Amino acid sequence: MSELHAETVPFVRETMLPPAPPPTQEAGAVRWLRTNLFSGPVNSALTILGLLIVWFLVNHFWNWFAHSVWNAGSLSECRQIIIDRWGEGSTGACWAVVRERWMQFTFGFYPSGLYWRPTMAFGLLFVALAPVLFSESRKIRRIVLLTAAVLTLSAMAVLGAPTHWFIFAAVIFIGATVIAEQNPGRLLIFSLLFPFLGVWWLWGGSLWGPIMALVGPVLGWVAYRLLGRFSPILAGIGMILVPLLWWIFLAGDAARDAENLASLAIPAVASDRFGGFLLSITIGLSGIALSLPLGIVLALARRSDMFLVKTLAVMFIEFIRGVPLIALLFVASLLLNYFMPPGTNFDIILRVIIMVTVFAAAYMAEVIRGGLAALPKGQYEAADALGLDYWKAQRLIILPQALKISIPGIVSTFIGMFKDTTLVTFVGLYDPLKSMSDAVRASTDWKGIYWEPYIFVGLIFFIICFGMSRYSMYLERRLQREHR
Amino acid sequence: MSDTAIPAQTPFRLSMLIYDRRYRSLTFQVIVFILVMAFGWWLISNTIENLRVLGKDFNFGFLFQRAGYDIPQPPIPYTSDDTHLRAAVVGVLNTLIVTVLGCIAATVLGVIVGVARLSNNWLFARLMTIYVEAFRNVPLLLWILVVFSVFREVLPPPNAFRGENATASMIFFDNVALTNRYTAIPTLGMTNDPGSLDLGWRITISWATIAFAVALIGGWLVHRAIANWAQKTQDQTGSRPTTWWMSLAVMTVPSLLLIWYFGLHLIPPEMKGFNFVGGLNISNGLVALWLALTLYTAAFIAEIVRAGILAISKGQSEASFALGISPRRTMSLVVLPQALRVIIPPLISQYLNLMKNSSLAIAVGFMDLKGTLGGTTLNQTGRELESILLMMGIYLILSLIISAGMNYFNSRVKLKER
Amino acid sequence: MKKSIFLGTVAAATLTAGMGMADTLADVKARGELNCGVNTGLVGFAAPDANGNWTGFDVDVCKAVAAAVLGDPAKVKYVPTTGQTRFTALASGEVDVLARNSTWTFSRDTDLKLDFAGVNYYDGQGFMVSKDLGVTSAKELDGATVCIQTGTTTELNLADYFKANNMTYTPVNIDSNAEGEQQYMAGACDAYTTDASGLAATRAAFADPENHIILPEIISKEPLGPAVRHGDSNWGDIVRWTLYALIAAEEYGITSKNIEELAKSSQNPEVQRLLGTTDDLGAMIGLDKEWARRAIAASGNYGEIFAANIGEQTPIGLARGLNAQWTQGGLMYAMPFR
Repeated sequence: MSELHAETVPFVRETMLPPAPPPTQEAGAVRWLRTNLFSGPVNSALTILGLLIVWFLVNHFWNWFAHSVWNAGSLSECRQIIIDRWGEGSTGACWAVVRERWMQFTFGFYPSGLYWRPTMAFGLLFVALAPVLFSESRKIRRIVLLTAAVLTLSAMAVLGAPTHWFIFAAVIFIGATVIAEQNPGRLLIFSLLFPFLGVWWLWGGSLWGPIMALVGPVLGWVAYRLLGRFSPILAGIGMILVPLLWWIFLAGDAARDAENLASLAIPAVASDRFGGFLLSITIGLSGIALSLPLGIVLALARRSDMFLVKTLAVMFIEFIRGVPLIALLFVASLLLNYFMPPGTNFDIILRVIIMVTVFAAAYMAEVIRGGLAALPKGQYEAADALGLDYWKAQRLIILPQALKISIPGIVSTFIGMFKDTTLVTFVGLYDPLKSMSDAVRASTDWKGIYWEPYIFVGLIFFIICFGMSRYSMYLERRLQREHR
Repeated sequence: MSDTAIPAQTPFRLSMLIYDRRYRSLTFQVIVFILVMAFGWWLISNTIENLRVLGKDFNFGFLFQRAGYDIPQPPIPYTSDDTHLRAAVVGVLNTLIVTVLGCIAATVLGVIVGVARLSNNWLFARLMTIYVEAFRNVPLLLWILVVFSVFREVLPPPNAFRGENATASMIFFDNVALTNRYTAIPTLGMTNDPGSLDLGWRITISWATIAFAVALIGGWLVHRAIANWAQKTQDQTGSRPTTWWMSLAVMTVPSLLLIWYFGLHLIPPEMKGFNFVGGLNISNGLVALWLALTLYTAAFIAEIVRAGILAISKGQSEASFALGISPRRTMSLVVLPQALRVIIPPLISQYLNLMKNSSLAIAVGFMDLKGTLGGTTLNQTGRELESILLMMGIYLILSLIISAGMNYFNSRVKLKER
Repeated sequence: MKKSIFLGTVAAATLTAGMGMADTLADVKARGELNCGVNTGLVGFAAPDANGNWTGFDVDVCKAVAAAVLGDPAKVKYVPTTGQTRFTALASGEVDVLARNSTWTFSRDTDLKLDFAGVNYYDGQGFMVSKDLGVTSAKELDGATVCIQTGTTTELNLADYFKANNMTYTPVNIDSNAEGEQQYMAGACDAYTTDASGLAATRAAFADPENHIILPEIISKEPLGPAVRHGDSNWGDIVRWTLYALIAAEEYGITSKNIEELAKSSQNPEVQRLLGTTDDLGAMIGLDKEWARRAIAASGNYGEIFAANIGEQTPIGLARGLNAQWTQGGLMYAMPFR
């Protein structure tokens, strides 16, 4: 055979050719350029256009950024430095205003000795959020908790937090990290307590206020248990009525008396001291936290087969979604006092939070409705098949899954709302963007400074919102994978 | 449902309202309804009581009083002697103008950017990503202020155009002047003015405008008829007659004739006194608001478009390539029409957002509904309850109209599933 | 769970809120704090510094009232109000007194149900233009673009003025003073109009004040003063006479420096009555004897307040003009304390 083969086939290669390098046009940077930038006439034109845009931007703004001044006491001093350093007629950015006023941009008019309190509150917020938002992976939870701990504790140390509070925060962080390693679900207790503690840390005053507010649900539960022996209807009514009566008639006095007996007070800070990012974050967070339960109720109502309930929910949601937030803020500042009993008066931040909550609840309801709709029908049928009643089915089967699907939507609602908190400037609150910048410009030192505060505030907003949106996209990808 | 378990007809007891599933939902609805009504009644009675304490009343009579303030460039004739009602209408029209212009521009830009983000041009796709992220993650108020300030600081003031040694010059053959107050563009003049149609309420519409509208719509209808005829001929004979020149003629010739008949010409703006006169001055407040809203909303629309395109399975475009259809036509004939169904519902809410966000006009001094009815009128009359309720009502109606229109469009392009 | 803090806070707010608006004095005393509506930030009149401490001409009126009523000028909660929210804040009881350079007009006094307690600054609307525009009178502004701050009587005055003089103009409505100045400086408007005091303050802060002139025409009367709610005359009296006490103190030469000494030694019966050395005027308005003494001691008499906040020694540099004492040819005239 082999001889025959050798006769019929003139040449057979017995060894492989060594791999040759690809032609220069098809390799390395050239290839990358060809495929990614110049693959055709249109693409080449686009690339050149893009380069022109970049060149234009760099050309116009580079000098301004390069001539930045970080150390100056006033705008005129700043301009003098720029002229001294880079010659007559040169312009430059004066970031000294940020350096000098950044505490004001961050905390507004919060007493400077107490800056550590909001810092601690927002640092511990991550502990409260860990079981909710970062429940997906242990690694991320670890990173988030440790980063938050290090940043918060060092910020607290710099801002001069009292030793016992510093130790308190450290203990919570360490405890939370340890618990999160074993059973993150347990941290939920802290998440539920956090709203009360957060309010206390931010506004100060007596801890008895939040405690007494917390007693309400406890009393409701007790009433439910006690009355449940006689009749479930009574139990249901009692569960709602007892806390309400407690809050309206007794909680205030009880808190006052308890405070007189054993004082648990820290210095109170009035709402009018809030400003800057502290105000934005406070309004944004309380809005989202409060709108979540309301949004769930609205979403369930809108999907309900009870005609009246559904109609009311649709009307409410569509009304709120059809009106600009700025109009609702004006309702908060101008009309809410009309709607309350004569003589009632509560402060503008609380009123704004109420309207922002109502606003966010309508959007939240739509997000959650999407989550409910995305749930496979089998889940509903399975719940029915198990003989669960409506509330049990919602509580145990439907909502946990639907809410999990909705988390990315909730996060983007939050991003939108956080950005919209800048609109409170139109009702006379000191938002970081406009009112705070105007307040800075109202001082004689910084009169006439224009771009720097805007760029600074915009950058902070960008970092926060971009971070959140990236995280929600990550969550979305993870969730998608799980459902496939 | 089994034949053995039909329960005996028990007489109705009160407790059945709660325990019997047949009645429970009814009971629940009644309770909810009563609670909502009670809450509403509580709000209303509080309001009445508060008004009484303040010695105010609730009436809309102020709408018919003299407004007393001026609005720059009202879309319908308006002076400070007109009523607050007319000022409010001017505000509504201004809101609508920004909304419509913004929606159109944002859609165009959003689609371009959304497609460009998917382009295989590395640099351009990155630039578009930076643009989208920058606009999505920074408050709109900042962008409005920034765009407004850029116009103000970069463009020359009108008096830079004046005199022998003017430092700025007009563009487009001395027809357009970009200043830091407004963009001055030419207006249309007619040597043979046919007069105007009076619609009442001092709103007039020129007969020439009507004539052009009739000519254009008529031309389009004739074009449709020609296309139908061509199609029919093609169906019958197999060859399609060349019709493009006929269509072009019916679409353009009547308009050209009208232009000649009315003696239409451009009147360029010229610098006189403090400002450009003669032309039309489009204020920078409007342009900045429009541009900022466009850029901001387009960033969101781009994401929607991108998601819509990515939602179309790759097999569709591959099948189209296999048929030898070029990438660009694949996009416009295969991918986009399908993606449209995914895109439109979120697009509706972006349009609504744009309309609502236009209320930020207050920051650039553009007098929209919030600026007139919810701003100066409210301020001068002190009728905050009436003004704000009315303003919210109008915004609500506008929202409902926009979403109704878009939902109709959506139902038209939606895949008809059988 | 989370709903409960909402209800709890609302319940707490309702509980702590003062009921009934009829007796403002009792409310303020019970609260131990005076709620004073001020501007969100107008240098010289009311502006917070970096630490949130408010200073200014209007702020000192608040301090004087707080000192008279509560005995401590620091017991004031400043509520920043915008042009749109100010009157509602007052009407709804959110603030007890509105000291936010508001013009006393007929319709505000009657239709808006406000009571103006007096005038602490006589102002008028003027125009500021750049010198190289070559304009010397407001009558030459035909066709000009004018920047106005919205939410004030300014818009109405401007419309009336141009109409009366048969001139046209393009208004540019700007919602904050800082933005308005920026517009004006960039040449985006030919003229900037607001109250003359505001114009002076704005011009003083420019890098090149000599290049801008304030036109001679004052096109409106703008008497600015603190306002209270209609229907509580006693509270109105307190604010009114606190303001008069400040003005009268200047007239009689009572300053924050010599007030203690004069209270002991002055032989002038008017001064004795004012400072509570002899008659008990305070009792007639529900206050104690020394109310006026505390009010004056808070930040000095009217002249001192003027000099410290907006006077010629300050960057704002306003002359007294109409706001001088009547004895000096001005309009400041305190009704007799008797």
